[in-house]
Amino acid sequence: MDCDFDLIVVGGGHAGCEAAAVGARMGVRTALVSFTKDSIGAMSCNPAIGGLGKGHLVREVDAFDGLIGRAADAAAIHYRMLNLSKGAAVQGPRVQADRKLYKAAIHRMLEAQANLSIVEGEVLSLIFDGQRVSGINLADESKITASAVILATGTFLNGKLFRGEETVSGGRTGEASAVSLGQQIRDADLPIARLKTGTPPRIDGRTIDWAALPEQPSDDDGWTMSPMSSRREVPQTFCAVSRTSAATHDIIRENLDRSPLFSGAIDAQGPRYCPSIEDKIHRFADRDSHQVFLEPEGLDTNLVYPNGISTSLPADVQEAFVRTMDGLSKAEIIVPGYAVEYDHIDPRALDRSLKVRDLDGLYCAGQINGTTGYEEAAAQGLIAGIGAACSILGKDAPQLDRGTSYMAVMIDDLVLQGVTEPYRMLTARAEYRLRLRADNATTRLSPVAETIRCLGSERHAWFKERETQRMVIMKELLAIHSCDAIARQGIEVRLDGTKQSLFDWLRFPNISITALEGLGLSVANIDPGLLAEVEEDARYAPYLQRQESELRDLRANEQIGLGDDLDYTAIAGLSNEMVERLNGARPETLAAASRVRGITPAALAAILVHARRREAKNLAA
Amino acid sequence: MSANTIFALSSGQPPAAIGIIRISGPRASDALQALSGFVPDERRASLAKLYDPATGDLLDTALILWFPGPNSASGEDLAEIHCHGGRAVVRALESALEAMDGLYAAEPGEFTRRAFTHGRMDLAEAEGLSDLLFAETELQRRSAIQAAGGALSRKVEDWQNTILRLSAMVEAELDFSDEDDVTPAQLSVLQSAASDLATEMKAMLDRPRAEKLREGVRVVLGGPPNSGKSTLLNALVEREAAIVSAIAGTTRDVIEVPIAIKGIPFLFIDTAGVRDDGAEEIERIGIDRARQQFDVADLILWLGPEGEGPQISNRVEIASRLDHPEYQSKSPEVLSVSPLTGTGMDALVALLVDRAKEIVPRGDEISVNKRQAEHLAEAQRNLIQISELQDYLIIAEQLRLARAALDALTGRASTEDMLDSLFGKFCIGK
Repeated sequence: MDCDFDLIVVGGGHAGCEAAAVGARMGVRTALVSFTKDSIGAMSCNPAIGGLGKGHLVREVDAFDGLIGRAADAAAIHYRMLNLSKGAAVQGPRVQADRKLYKAAIHRMLEAQANLSIVEGEVLSLIFDGQRVSGINLADESKITASAVILATGTFLNGKLFRGEETVSGGRTGEASAVSLGQQIRDADLPIARLKTGTPPRIDGRTIDWAALPEQPSDDDGWTMSPMSSRREVPQTFCAVSRTSAATHDIIRENLDRSPLFSGAIDAQGPRYCPSIEDKIHRFADRDSHQVFLEPEGLDTNLVYPNGISTSLPADVQEAFVRTMDGLSKAEIIVPGYAVEYDHIDPRALDRSLKVRDLDGLYCAGQINGTTGYEEAAAQGLIAGIGAACSILGKDAPQLDRGTSYMAVMIDDLVLQGVTEPYRMLTARAEYRLRLRADNATTRLSPVAETIRCLGSERHAWFKERETQRMVIMKELLAIHSCDAIARQGIEVRLDGTKQSLFDWLRFPNISITALEGLGLSVANIDPGLLAEVEEDARYAPYLQRQESELRDLRANEQIGLGDDLDYTAIAGLSNEMVERLNGARPETLAAASRVRGITPAALAAILVHARRREAKNLAA
Repeated sequence: MSANTIFALSSGQPPAAIGIIRISGPRASDALQALSGFVPDERRASLAKLYDPATGDLLDTALILWFPGPNSASGEDLAEIHCHGGRAVVRALESALEAMDGLYAAEPGEFTRRAFTHGRMDLAEAEGLSDLLFAETELQRRSAIQAAGGALSRKVEDWQNTILRLSAMVEAELDFSDEDDVTPAQLSVLQSAASDLATEMKAMLDRPRAEKLREGVRVVLGGPPNSGKSTLLNALVEREAAIVSAIAGTTRDVIEVPIAIKGIPFLFIDTAGVRDDGAEEIERIGIDRARQQFDVADLILWLGPEGEGPQISNRVEIASRLDHPEYQSKSPEVLSVSPLTGTGMDALVALLVDRAKEIVPRGDEISVNKRQAEHLAEAQRNLIQISELQDYLIIAEQLRLARAALDALTGRASTEDMLDSLFGKFCIGK
């Protein structure tokens, strides 16, 4: 039976779920199409959500009332704040999630969401109306029409599994690959490239000698991924740390020729930051041991995910080397590891809302764009969903830039630089990370979410209350106090006559916000998370100040549009290399052009002149 | 749209008859107000005395103009100062502007860009811009084939690589400390590497500037009125460049004479005689200018009473007018000359050449120009602060700013480079 929606999302992974959910939250009639309903919300790789850079993305998606943060809390069996000893800007919240609980939480949220329908089926092809996508054909010969389609198909495009000498066509183990859709995308002239990723073997937890291994307990101070989760709901467990040994390395080295990575069967580029164990041993031959985290996959499963030994060696070799590791001498492998090679779209063909530039109504989000990770996928799903919904509703999509969010950093990197390896978020990618903390995502982004009306009513009420509290404390912090007044609170300060606002006093590392309560701060009525955020703002305020003029320039240049059909070959003075890069990236603004590698200030000026002249000509015509 | 206010000398390189300094942006009228105490009627040239807002020193008497945006050359609020075109005056005004809050020296091409941004430039000027681009490349090419230029790029690249390596250490600590195989970066190692690098940069900054070769070694002749400064200058340049008369205070303005001696460019500067009483107003301005000249001089030839000249290390005592009735002898080691008879002049020239060799860059030595020095100093400042820091996050920020400053020299994009360095160096990942 044929039906009609406003928005179709193809794929029910992390990108697809966020895209469909945000579209529906914004009031757009949305269909989420998946091979099977059951696979929606599956965590297909490691059981962890969050981490450095990634935790930031989770909190940012959450600030738009997204799903991933709340689902992670509903499933979290282990919480860990990474980098706790470092500045808040690089602290990364991470949980180990129970797969079943996670999927159940996603299903619950999607079912409760108005405007959202789940459709089971295999997408055969896109329906085009000229350069405009107008729907999809399903394998059961029905079709769905809509004015926008978001492809969030993950590794399903021409995926190929490798394990030793075996190769299998398909995305994850046991699922068919969307071959025909992939062919259509190739035919549509979208630039396609190939990447690879890998996964480790899954081990039976009952065969691990846990007592012999150092434990990593869950953090005990009660923080959650989403502020909407009032507490930790699930019993907490622990992870353990194993290590590879000289014997492990010997076995792997002897069998390198049986790995498709080394035999030449896979030539796609894998991630440098998440290398397979055979890669690590080959490239860093001087190291005699590597750490491996043993992460339980859930409360009622015995599967354990050994994080750090992703491999595509044959199953017999996997078993042999695993048994040479600490605490694993009797380990049984339940599912061997494998490598996946897959197609992705060169994200430089997309604009900043992740819409394919040359086709109306078609968006791509997640691993299909060459990224890796649940969090990266979720964030792209959110951005594509917002972009599609705004376009359907005739609104302007909000402009996020590198100074306001990790999401924008990622999108900007993808659409301007493209990818040469699966893209993973790192805090090092964010120039302005001092202001992009995981703990201030709400303050940074929920106001934007509010303007496009994508906050649910519960979140909206919570956010309003939080903003009220924030205004109260920020106003109270403006009060000027002398060093003597500070000293009277029992705080050690230099008595040099300094008088400044309480906010400025907070710059001193030995002064905490609660210590200033006696000076008229109503800290007792304010959420401790908010207090910590404000304290951190004050701590780094001088450094943020220094970035202001940099950001002003950036934002001024973001306002200068270049149009999307600038002919760079016609600009005198640009080198061939510059033209090639600019043609690949097709920057939307002057600021974006300045970030394309190798573009000099004079080249920028020439680009600007050319854009203005063309504009003037168009106006005259 | 652009919140910064920029300024630059819009006329040709001084010395020239006049210098035109343009100030564009929201603070342009504030700048006029600060220098002259008023903002003239729009589009009307007004005569104004310009004072340094920080010191109250008179800088110049100049014409000032005020063009409120958007009907100005840049499309923004725009001020113009038509000042005397001597190097010292222009430089003094530039430094006064630079010291003002919210004012920045314009980057090359920035005025043009703002003009385009505000739609204030026509086609012919647009064509000129692509020429600029070619010129830039040509300049780079030329500097690359010059031994010193190539050496400078190599040096900067070295520094960039060192900073990238330090960044990679810090970023590994920040992004991967939870993961295996990252050897923790030792704070003390980082700090001493950063401070070594800062020291190296400082040494480069302390070297003679590349412009000295173009602008010449500034030799200022100083002394009280009628101490024979102009006579000596005339003898040195072997022509009548300054008006010589017996009336004290004849040289009311500053006279600059460029000349090459033994292949070294010199700029001789004759000043009004320095005296504290009896000077009429115009002469007093001249005296102020003389004092400014002392501040920017590479060498001062002091013809006044021994020990009474400006107390700075580049002062050279000269006993001039050996043949004059009022000749005052100085200590025996002081060089005596007679401009009229030529006695001692060869020795003076030899002394000047000797001293100048320390001031102009050697042909085989890397030197930086003023623009390069600014970026380098910015990088150096950010590195030097690292030794006082413990917070890796802030160290990383300092390194980022240092990288950005060097990138401004070379035009490289640095985050990706840093990641390359990070992944090349550490075995990272689970």
